[in-house]
Amino acid sequence: MALAEDTAIDLSSMPEAASALADIRAMVQPCIQCGTCTGSCPNEFAMDLTPRHMWRLVLLGRTEDVLASRTFSLCSACYMCTLRCPRGLPLTEAIGRLKQLAARRHLSHLRSGDLFYRNFIASVRRHGRVREMEFMGLYFAQMMNPWLPLRYADMGMRLMRRGKVTLQLPSRGGGGLNRLFEKVAEMENRS
Amino acid sequence: MKYLYYPGCSLEGTAREYDISTRAFMAAMGAELTEIEGWTCCGASAAEAVSELLTLVLPARNLALAEGMTPPGRDILVPCSACYLNLRRVEEKTRGSHDLKDRINEALAVEGLVYHGGTRTRHLLDVVSRDLGAAAVARRVVRPLTGIRVAPYYGCQCLRPYAVFDDPEAPRSMEPLIAATGADLHPWTMGSKCCGASHMNTKMEVGLKLVGAILEAAQGADAVVTVCPMCQINLEAYQRQVARQTGVAGTMTILYLPQLLGLAMGLSPEALRLDLNLAVTGGFLEKFRQTATAA
Repeated sequence: MALAEDTAIDLSSMPEAASALADIRAMVQPCIQCGTCTGSCPNEFAMDLTPRHMWRLVLLGRTEDVLASRTFSLCSACYMCTLRCPRGLPLTEAIGRLKQLAARRHLSHLRSGDLFYRNFIASVRRHGRVREMEFMGLYFAQMMNPWLPLRYADMGMRLMRRGKVTLQLPSRGGGGLNRLFEKVAEMENRS
Repeated sequence: MKYLYYPGCSLEGTAREYDISTRAFMAAMGAELTEIEGWTCCGASAAEAVSELLTLVLPARNLALAEGMTPPGRDILVPCSACYLNLRRVEEKTRGSHDLKDRINEALAVEGLVYHGGTRTRHLLDVVSRDLGAAAVARRVVRPLTGIRVAPYYGCQCLRPYAVFDDPEAPRSMEPLIAATGADLHPWTMGSKCCGASHMNTKMEVGLKLVGAILEAAQGADAVVTVCPMCQINLEAYQRQVARQTGVAGTMTILYLPQLLGLAMGLSPEALRLDLNLAVTGGFLEKFRQTATAA
């Protein structure tokens, strides 16, 4: 399937992307292109590339085509492909690496997932535990789509009626994890 | 039986009734839970989308805290499937790799913590089905749920990738437990299918399709029973949107496993906080009331 032009990505602006993809390629090197992953994936219907096709492009080193697709961002980590892969490859984990690679680029066609995960993790960093209402509020605000919160309004009202989400959830986790996050970032930049 | 307890963030917020019913059920079974002091988020599905090292360090922090709890030797009980997988992954991956453990411990050092690798993380369903067992549940049943038909929903991450206590594709560990309550089993093949996880927040059309297929297959059951807060909220919170898409109208009751077991063991709907669930139908409560007159 042809990839949309508006998602084309300029690799010259991301020098380390090629080497990161080389690591991911090593994880799936023994792939025999049998397509069991595609046949096992519950989200395949919504993907532009089938999982098998995406792994082929990874093996060919076609980083730009892989990152321009939505396929890896549609993985819901159900681990069915990992379970069934006849070569025993860690496919879900390799997709996690692709998500990490994409997250460092803030790719526009993956904006919703990017903002969702970043706000989630930022909430953990600040409080040690997730404050659901805070991070969903920031996520909605940054998506800048006035209609988006409406899709969750019904659920939000029902949650609020039950006192499940408040604006001030106590954090009993002993404060934030800023030092730990800083240390992890330092270690990842070093390697 | 004594366990360390890692509730996870959802169980303090949107899944409070899972926390409350798990504690109530375990107490009624004579098991003792001790919450890990100072626990923090396991990273959920968000850490893996951001950083490989963080994916391991966030859960490892909690494992290190668990190792510091006295007396030692207790398994860590986790009701959330995502938390369970994140904690368990660290145990599995560090078992054969000193390098990885060293890397994790280099990060944990800023918190003054060390992870030695001596923990054992267990999912709630693992503990209930294997440590406690259906026979022990059956012995405590005072209000058989006769005439109530239940569809067991397992989801993904308590089953895969680590096949610890059940068949990862065709799970059956909940069936003897449901039988022990006196309820009927709704036979289906959707028990281990994905609910879409966080797609419901970022790609709702995709999430609705997966949830729609599960709810459609559950027609004919009086309730679906879950063992994960993410599965639970996906199945219970978007039923109106699903109805608009699939044409399958009507609300389906979605309960947590310890709520169902607790009801049969004589714990009240109030004690199990059924009022906090987003989808419990009048029809289900009526059928439950009828079990009282039958008993």
